[in-house]
Amino acid sequence: MSLFSIIRIAIKSLTRNTTRTFLTMLGIIIGVAAVITMLAIGQGAKKIVDEQINSMGTNVIIVTVNFAASSGSARGDAGSGSLLEVADVEAIRNSVDGILYASPVYTTGGQIKFEGQNWRAGIMGVDVDYFNIRDMQIESGEPFYRSDVVSGNKVCVIGQTVAANLFSNTDPVGKTIRIRNIPFKVNGVLKAKGQNAMGSDQDDVILAPYTTTYARLLGNHWRSMMILVSAESKERIALAQQDILDLLQSRHRGTTSEHFVVRTQTDIAQAADTVSNTLTILLASIAGISLLVGGIGIMNIMLVSVTERIKEIGIRMAVGAGKRDVLLQFIIEAVMISFIGGIIGIFLGWGAAKTVGHYMKWSVAVTPWSVMLSVSFSWIIGVFFGWYPAKKASTLNLIDALRYE
Amino acid sequence: MVKPLIITKDLVKTYIMGDIHVHALRGIDIQINEGEFIAIMGASGSGKTTFMNLLGCLDKPTSGSYSLDGIDVHSIKESDLARIRNEKIGYVFQSFYLLSRTTAYENVELPLLYRTKLNHEERKAKTLLALRTVAIEDRAHHYPNQLSGGQQQRVAIARAIVNSPVFLLADEPTGNLDTRTGVEVMAVMQALHNQGKTIVLVTHENDIAAYADRLITFRDGRIIADQKNTNPRNAAEDLKKLPIIEDED
Repeated sequence: MSLFSIIRIAIKSLTRNTTRTFLTMLGIIIGVAAVITMLAIGQGAKKIVDEQINSMGTNVIIVTVNFAASSGSARGDAGSGSLLEVADVEAIRNSVDGILYASPVYTTGGQIKFEGQNWRAGIMGVDVDYFNIRDMQIESGEPFYRSDVVSGNKVCVIGQTVAANLFSNTDPVGKTIRIRNIPFKVNGVLKAKGQNAMGSDQDDVILAPYTTTYARLLGNHWRSMMILVSAESKERIALAQQDILDLLQSRHRGTTSEHFVVRTQTDIAQAADTVSNTLTILLASIAGISLLVGGIGIMNIMLVSVTERIKEIGIRMAVGAGKRDVLLQFIIEAVMISFIGGIIGIFLGWGAAKTVGHYMKWSVAVTPWSVMLSVSFSWIIGVFFGWYPAKKASTLNLIDALRYE
Repeated sequence: MVKPLIITKDLVKTYIMGDIHVHALRGIDIQINEGEFIAIMGASGSGKTTFMNLLGCLDKPTSGSYSLDGIDVHSIKESDLARIRNEKIGYVFQSFYLLSRTTAYENVELPLLYRTKLNHEERKAKTLLALRTVAIEDRAHHYPNQLSGGQQQRVAIARAIVNSPVFLLADEPTGNLDTRTGVEVMAVMQALHNQGKTIVLVTHENDIAAYADRLITFRDGRIIADQKNTNPRNAAEDLKKLPIIEDED
């Protein structure tokens, strides 16, 4: 019997009971749609994380102190947090090959006031290089300059969130705000950067020269510092990473590589990718279970259908259908349910993913890969769960089937 | 020229049901020649249905040999049996066995869909020819539940002859029909016989068997009588004598 005839027979028997066929199909539709949506959301989340990591800047290397290793070290008297010094930044910039920029970063926070408006924001004491490393753009006004850093001028640039909360209607440029009651002149406003990979607002920030920050704001506070470095190219990163580590060890007597953490953007991206991939797999597995349940639904209905049609099978066998013909007929019916269900599921899943993306402002991504995966999976489900009922049909005893009432 | 079509030698069928062995057939030797119209008679339990199943390749014998149109059917594979059923035998059953929700045309076409390499036009031609032979072509696109019993049986006969089988096997074809419709069906059978078809008819009604030209009687799994019917009744003639009680259409 030609495949075309079998497909025709399958369509006929499926349309004979459209409600039942549709309900059976629904299991597969929901399953495939769920897989597609979950994969799209997972991929979308990954894309966002990747974008956020890229927004850190280009070829960035982050140098911090490993507090766990350095506590109680030879230099414990100065406080392990201050193991890194401004001189280290100069050394890295001057003696490590392939370094474009380096900047110390002091992080603190505090109350900021402007004419009765109050706000709390993160304050970062940085060098002018920081703007280049993090690719920080000025939206209005101007940044601060090397001279400001050298002289320790009380100037700053503020992020969008800070600007919005302190200055509702007025232009912040040129105004003086008070950070912990110390007046700072606002030189400019930064362009929006959005959230970072960890979900915190990168626009809720104030940048000031590190010299000023150190002298005026840190006081007796925690004077921990990290160093942000930018390598000239992707290829240089790994080498520079090692050179920085070696340099810091030689500059600080009694330290080992354990005392410093030198991470690259790639390291962070990989860690984040691992997390988002795990999330994607988890989501898709849960959705996959519903696809499996849909498959069991097909098997159930096919078994009912075989029992209902024992006589038909007998008649077909009597007029010349072989076991193979009967087997194929029922498998193709099952595959058609799962395949058509799969196609509908793709469109439904695609729509659902777009809707979720629209309302959550996520960039969801329905990849050809996820479509192929769920289509082939629904085929396999059809064959797998159609096999047993079809086998049952094809091994019926002809006379028993014919005489079955 | 008499050409043997069916030859069975010591055909035995024993059903095993738990500890009990039921000897349905106890050694059947028979030769059926091309062009014969045979009625197999016997009470229920005589083994005639079992014999028909073996003859129709619907079942396999416990022992003995069966040759159909030169093929040793008793020794061939299950998958080849399906081919024999398709190409060599046309079945007519008591309760028609048409596929429901499938038109008369599609029911008749069914054997052509399996195992044949006919294209759509050839299939259509054969199907229409079969429908015309039993004079049911005007009902080709009706569903079985829209047809009377006699019409359904004619569709079934059309299905049986569509693939030009070497013989027709009819199992109580008039059993579910009233007298007049039964005779109508027998008239169709006799017409086919007159065109040269070999027909094996299983029945327990003497009136129906009287239309055949050879009568074989079964009892307790054995043939007890095998005689020529030199003067078979003519169904077409009988039909003229029967009053039309009510029109079924």
